[in-house]
Amino acid sequence: MKALKNLVDKVKPHFEKGGKLEKFHSVFDGFETFLFVPNTTSKRGTHIHDAIDSKRTMIMVIIALIPALIFGMYNVGYQHYLALGQQVSFWDTFIFGALAVLPLIVVSYGVGLGIEFIVAQIKGHEIQEGFLVSGFLIPLIVPIDTPLWMVAVATAFAVIFAKEVFGGTGMNIFNIALITRAFLFFAYPTYMSGDTVWVRTSDTFGLGAGKVVDAYSGATPLGQVATSATTDVQLVNIIKEPISFIDGFIGLIPGSVGETSTLAILIGAALLLITRIASWKTMFSVFAGGALMALVFNTWGPDTAAAHFPWYSHLVFGGFAFGAVFMATDPVTSARTETGKWIYGALIGAMAIIIRVLNPGYPEGMMLAILLLNIFAPLIDYYVVESNIKRRLKRAKTN
Amino acid sequence: MANLIKSTRGLDIAISGAADKVLHSYVLSDVVAIVPDHYHAITPKMLVKEGDVVKAGTPVFYNKAVESMKFVSPVSGKVLAVNRGERRKILSITIERDKETVYETFKTASFDTLKGEDVKAALLAAGLWLYIKQRPYDVIANPEIAPKAIFISAFDSAPLAPSSEFVLSKQMDDFQKGLDALAKLTTGKVHLGVRNVTKLYEGLKNVEINHYQGPHPIGNVGVQINKINPVNKGEVVWTIHAHDVLFIGRLFNKGIVDLKRKVALTGPEVNSPAYYETITGCQIDKLILGKVTSNVTHRYICGNVLTGSKVAGKNYLDPYSTQITVIKEGNDVHELFGWAMPRFNKFSTSGTYFTGIMQKVFGVKHFDFDARIMGGKRAIIMSGEYDKVLPMDILPEFLIKAMIAGNIDKMEALGAYEIAPEDVALCEFVCTSKLPLQQIVRDSLDLMRKELE
Repeated sequence: MKALKNLVDKVKPHFEKGGKLEKFHSVFDGFETFLFVPNTTSKRGTHIHDAIDSKRTMIMVIIALIPALIFGMYNVGYQHYLALGQQVSFWDTFIFGALAVLPLIVVSYGVGLGIEFIVAQIKGHEIQEGFLVSGFLIPLIVPIDTPLWMVAVATAFAVIFAKEVFGGTGMNIFNIALITRAFLFFAYPTYMSGDTVWVRTSDTFGLGAGKVVDAYSGATPLGQVATSATTDVQLVNIIKEPISFIDGFIGLIPGSVGETSTLAILIGAALLLITRIASWKTMFSVFAGGALMALVFNTWGPDTAAAHFPWYSHLVFGGFAFGAVFMATDPVTSARTETGKWIYGALIGAMAIIIRVLNPGYPEGMMLAILLLNIFAPLIDYYVVESNIKRRLKRAKTN
Repeated sequence: MANLIKSTRGLDIAISGAADKVLHSYVLSDVVAIVPDHYHAITPKMLVKEGDVVKAGTPVFYNKAVESMKFVSPVSGKVLAVNRGERRKILSITIERDKETVYETFKTASFDTLKGEDVKAALLAAGLWLYIKQRPYDVIANPEIAPKAIFISAFDSAPLAPSSEFVLSKQMDDFQKGLDALAKLTTGKVHLGVRNVTKLYEGLKNVEINHYQGPHPIGNVGVQINKINPVNKGEVVWTIHAHDVLFIGRLFNKGIVDLKRKVALTGPEVNSPAYYETITGCQIDKLILGKVTSNVTHRYICGNVLTGSKVAGKNYLDPYSTQITVIKEGNDVHELFGWAMPRFNKFSTSGTYFTGIMQKVFGVKHFDFDARIMGGKRAIIMSGEYDKVLPMDILPEFLIKAMIAGNIDKMEALGAYEIAPEDVALCEFVCTSKLPLQQIVRDSLDLMRKELE
């Protein structure tokens, strides 16, 4: 540690004002604060500070995402070998998935952090950690077969136009990862929906080559619900074996990389709630709003499979749980007042189910619901703040 | 119990070094100083010059804006120097004190016959007015505008704060007289906020006593005002620290300005934290030297760790401070990968550290603190952090944002009249984005005052 500190101290002068590498000051600063807690002391104001900072906050979210990632990697391998009808060991399955997912992570981080570093340097501020989470979310919410160049383009678009133009981390209106996904969804719809994108049927770096079995169909459970001719749909996996609610909960089903396992997501949710980084109010009300809306459709809905899809299955299949736990609770784009969080969460849940049931085009509504409510979050807050102001005015008048 | 007001929002920081209830003998440096910068928003006009002989209570300068508002010498002696800085700004007035203090006498008519105007004139002339502050703006009260009420908090809930019961005991005559004098200044009530059920405050007259329960900042007078009689636009409330009421009491009891006070020497780096009797303007070194740990770089703080000001040993005790805190500076600490380490000895209100488990399961009472900010400054990211530590009917995040934007109408609407920098000190402590909230509030209140007065 001492040697590392000495090394940092030795190269530091080059990056400071007047040094020959001054251009890379922000980058250096980013690495220095990554290595060592800054020893800056307070000049005015409180003399002691809570040990939390934005790095710690972001790293906790990443840790919370790891179960979903690990499971997602395994599931990518599992679906692949299931489609091929091959029996392989646990580790072969996992390694196949890990190798398939890793390039997505590398591209997402590489492009996003690259832009982040450049912008920080141009603006002369510290590198902000926000993208550490966004960059981790992006690989988890795209289909495994999304071409890497598309991920790169979409990530660049989201970071520049949804974040940096607004002023960087903390200033954005929309969730960055969801903008990336929305960009992919609308720009390259054939790669983001349908029956062929959710399972990798080709090989990965030469691993796992083979031909798919005859019974194979890559439709996701929600895809099956959306296209079902009858109101009572029997969900099946990719080789036409029936699956149940429990299968959906555990998550060995086709879908975006990290969204399939409600179990892994709930482990992450527990960590986010214990560390109090995510608001339990938002998280709870998304589930409550979704369940309630689905119940309404179950009872009075139109005669479609989506409307009669049981409310508990709505919460487990598709991206609902992932969105509720990791996306809706993004503090920057969510409502910021305590009352507002209840309303915001409940509306996301309800809206996601409405889109699933009533919109014939999209089997999944979570992404659009969250993005829609991102727009309305400031409006919700506005009315909560306004009520505080009115209370104060009223008090002044009655006195 | 009459008027018990409870609050659950707030935070008691687990830091070691509270003062034992032991009073050490009178300590005072040979040279005492008056520093105009200790009084916020005052332009001093000198009344003495180098070499003048002054008594305790002799005016040294007055406030340019309110000529009757005098600032007096706390000791008797000879004016050593009037130190000036850039553009002849007065930095400090140093006075070499006599061995025996000679007091200026302030004669008043019989106390019972005094009217509010007389009390006010006496306080202004005796240099005690500066202890009365006003909301809005948290500045020395404008004597021209009558307050709707006067608030005194008889307990300080800040980290390691001195115990008011200990400080006030044996001085209740002066305290009561001070309250009597304050009662004459307002047509409204004088509110005294009390935490513990003690016999000490029983039988006090001319005040309305309210009991409070909860974590810091419940002892902040701003929170108590918000709970009982909030400040609306166009209204003024005066506040005074309980310990400073004693000075007013002494003026009317004895006819002298006696600024002796019990100051608590506290903090994790003090060997045996205790109380010391001293006087405003005493050199800090005199109070601290030999009483703190060695081998670390210290930070001396006049006041508590949240709202106090950083001072050097050569500086002087400011008139509002009732405690001195000594902590580690910490600028020589370089923690590797601190953001990822468990850091069991660190205190945090978030669940990202083990603070809660250490406190509840292992019974840890004190954590390791130093003056580091522990992170980089960011835009506001987390929501709801401030609300948890500000027990007022205010939306702090939105108020702060209005302040950063300099939007005076919004600040007014969101409750800027009710708030003082000290009220957001805990918000600043817990802030993930490490924003200087007290500074933001102070600057905004000054801006509002400039624009609206």
